[in-house]
Amino acid sequence: MLNFILRRSLILIPFLFLISIISFTVIQLPPGTYVDTYVNNLKLQGGTVSEEQKASIEAMYGLDKPMAVQYGLWITNIILRGNFGNSFRYNRPVTDILQERIPRTVSISLVSIFLTWLIAVPLGILSAVKQYSFWDHLFTFISLLGLAVPGFLLALILMYAVYAQTGWMISGLFSPEFRSEPWSVAKFTDMLKNIWLPLLVLSITGVAGIIRVLRASLLDELNKQYVTTARAKGLSEWQLILQYPIRIAINPLISTLGWMLPAVVGGEIVISKVLNLPTTGPVLLEATTAQDMYLAGGIVMILSLLTVIGTFISDILLAVNDPRIRMN
Amino acid sequence: MEKVDQLDRQADKQGWGNAQAPTADRSRSAMNDRSAQLNQRYRRNKARRQILAEQLYGASQYQLMRVKFKKHRVAMLSLYLLGIFYFVAIFAEFMVPYTTTQRFEEAIYASPTQIHLFDAEGKLTTPFFYSSKSKIDTATFRYEPVIDDAATVNRIQFFAQGEPYKVLGIIPLNRRLYAVEGEQPLFLLGADQLGRDLLSRIIYASRVSLFVGFGGVIISFFLGILLGGISGFAGGVVDVVIQRLIELLMSIPQIPLWLALSAAIPTEWTGIQTYFAITLVLSLVGWTGLARVVRGKILSLREEDYVTAARISSASNMAIIFRHLLPGITSYLVVHVTISIPYMILGETTLSFLGLGIRAPDVSWGTLLQQAQDVVVITNYPWLLLPAVFVVAAVILFNFIGDGLRDAADPYAR
Repeated sequence: MLNFILRRSLILIPFLFLISIISFTVIQLPPGTYVDTYVNNLKLQGGTVSEEQKASIEAMYGLDKPMAVQYGLWITNIILRGNFGNSFRYNRPVTDILQERIPRTVSISLVSIFLTWLIAVPLGILSAVKQYSFWDHLFTFISLLGLAVPGFLLALILMYAVYAQTGWMISGLFSPEFRSEPWSVAKFTDMLKNIWLPLLVLSITGVAGIIRVLRASLLDELNKQYVTTARAKGLSEWQLILQYPIRIAINPLISTLGWMLPAVVGGEIVISKVLNLPTTGPVLLEATTAQDMYLAGGIVMILSLLTVIGTFISDILLAVNDPRIRMN
Repeated sequence: MEKVDQLDRQADKQGWGNAQAPTADRSRSAMNDRSAQLNQRYRRNKARRQILAEQLYGASQYQLMRVKFKKHRVAMLSLYLLGIFYFVAIFAEFMVPYTTTQRFEEAIYASPTQIHLFDAEGKLTTPFFYSSKSKIDTATFRYEPVIDDAATVNRIQFFAQGEPYKVLGIIPLNRRLYAVEGEQPLFLLGADQLGRDLLSRIIYASRVSLFVGFGGVIISFFLGILLGGISGFAGGVVDVVIQRLIELLMSIPQIPLWLALSAAIPTEWTGIQTYFAITLVLSLVGWTGLARVVRGKILSLREEDYVTAARISSASNMAIIFRHLLPGITSYLVVHVTISIPYMILGETTLSFLGLGIRAPDVSWGTLLQQAQDVVVITNYPWLLLPAVFVVAAVILFNFIGDGLRDAADPYAR
C-alpha cells in the first residue's frame, strides 16, 4: 500500500510542475506585458504612472529578463512566500483574493459532490434492479436532460421559476443585511435559502453520469453466480442486493471522483457568474476580461492543483478499497 | 423485398392458418383461429428474416451498420430533424425576413406577434396580424405591445420578393420564405432590447453554433487519433508519457482553462477569427477522450495476425497504423465524433454566454442567451430564453443519433 502511494506521489510531482507551467503560459498569453496592461488600465481611470513606478514593477516581476527567469521568479515567490503577484483590477495581492474565494468554491464543490452521490446512488440502484421499468426510463430521460442542459441554463431557469412563483430573488450567498455580520444561526438559515439552488444545479449535472455508471456496473454484478447462490439460500431481495453486489458495484464510483471534481469546479465557476456567488467564478471572469493575468493565472493554478490532488486522493481511496489495484 | 412479398402470397395461397374447420365448441374454434394467426405470422417473419439474413450474408460492416441504424427509429427521426436544423442554418438568408442587426425602434422587447387566420367576420383568410407598437408601461416599467385603434391588417406573404441577397454568398435571389407587405415588422418569436427579430437572430446564430462543433471535432479528432494511435502502437515510454499527459489534461478543470485561454484572443479580431480561435481552444482540451478510445482499441488490435503479417512484409509503422489498424476502429471513431459534437456546441454556448466567445455583432446561441442573464428581464420577456430550446434540442438530437450509431456499430448488440 505504502509502495502504491509512493509511486502515485512520484507521478504527482511532474503534474504539479506542468500545471505551474500551464498557468504561467496563461499569464503570458495576452499581448503586451503586465506593465503595459497596468499602465493602460490606470490611464483609463485617469491616473498616470511615473517611470520609477514602471521600473519598480518591471523589477518585481523581472519583466526585462528572459522567460525562464521570469517563471523562476514567479514560482519561487509562490512557493517560498506565498506571493502570487498583484491584481491591479482589485488593487490587492492575489493571495488575499485567493484566500477569500477559493475555500468557498471548494466547499460548494465538495458539498455538491456529496449531494450528487446522495441523489444518484439510490436512483442508480433502482434503475438497475428494476431494469426497463417506468422508473428506469424516467431516470434515463432525466439523465439525458442533465447531459443536454448546460448548468448555467438550469440555474437561470430555476432562478426564473423561483422568482416568478414566490418573488424571491436568489442572488449571492447572503441577503444584504447579513453580508458583514459574523456567523450566527440566522445568517446560516439565510444562507440555506440561497445556497440550495447552486448546490442542486451542480448536483443534477453530475447525477446523470453517476446513475449511468452505477446502473451499468450493478447490472453486470446482478447476473453473477454469487447473487444466484445468495438468492437460492433465501436472502430477501433487498438484503441480498445491499449486502453483496452493491459493495462491488460502488467501486467505479470512487474513480468517478476523478472526472467529477474538474467538472464540478468548472460548473461552479459558470454558475457563480449567473447566481452572483462571491466565489472564484466572477473574479476569474473579471480577471480574464480585464486581462488581469496574475490573478487569472493564480486561480487557474490553484483550482487545477486542487483537482489534481483530489484525483490523487480518489486513486488512493480506490486502492484502499480494491486490492486488485494496489497489487497491480 | 419482392421475394418476401412473394413468400407471403405463397403462404396465403397454401392456406396456412385459414382455420375454418367447423367445431362445436365456439371458444375452441376462437382459440384455433388465434393460434393459426400466430402461426401464420411466425412463418412470415421467419421467411422474411431468412431472406434478410441471406442478403446481409455478404454485406460489409458499413452496410450492416446502415441496416441496423435504420431500424433505430428515434435515431432516424433525430437524423431527419437535425438535417432540417442544418438546412435552415445554411439557407438562413432565405428562411428569415430580417438580418441580425436590423432594428425596429418601435418594437423594443416586442412580444411574439399574434398571427390571425380568421378575419373580423370569422372568415378564413391568409395569415395576417395587426400593427402594434411597443410602449413602456409607466406603472411597471415594462414594454407592452399596444395595438393601434385603427388596427391595420398586415398580410404575411410567402416566397415574397424583397431586398436582393446572395445565398451562401453565391446564388443571387430576392425571394424569402415569408415577408410582410408594408412597414410593420413581424416577430414570430418576439424581439430583443434593441427591437431586433429574435427568430432571425436565432437562425443566423445557428450557423455559428451548429458548425463550431465540426471545426473543433476535426482538430481534436486529428490530435486524438495521432496521439492515441502512437501511444497504443508504440507502447513503452512514449505510451506512459502520452497517458500521463492525458491524465493531467483530464484532471485539470476545463472551464477555467478555456476562460483563461480565450482571454488571449485579441479584441480587435474579426468574428471569423474569433470563431476559429474558439474552436481551437475547445479542441485543445477535447482530444483526450478520443485518444483513450483509440489507444485501447489499437492495443487490442496490434496483436492480431494480420498486423504481424503487415510487419513481416516490412510495412512502416505509420502505414500499419493508418492502413491496417485505423480502418478496424473507424466505426468507433464515427460514434465518438457524433457524441463529441454536442459537447463542442455546449462549450461554445457557455463561453459565449460568459462573454468570452463570439463577440457582437456576430451572433451565436450563447451570445443570444447573454441577454437573458437577468432574472427580471426573463420574467418580463420570457421569450428571450428561447435560444436555449434550440441548444438543448440540438444536443439531445446529437445524443440520440450517437446512441443509434453506437448500437449499430457494436457487432455484439442484439
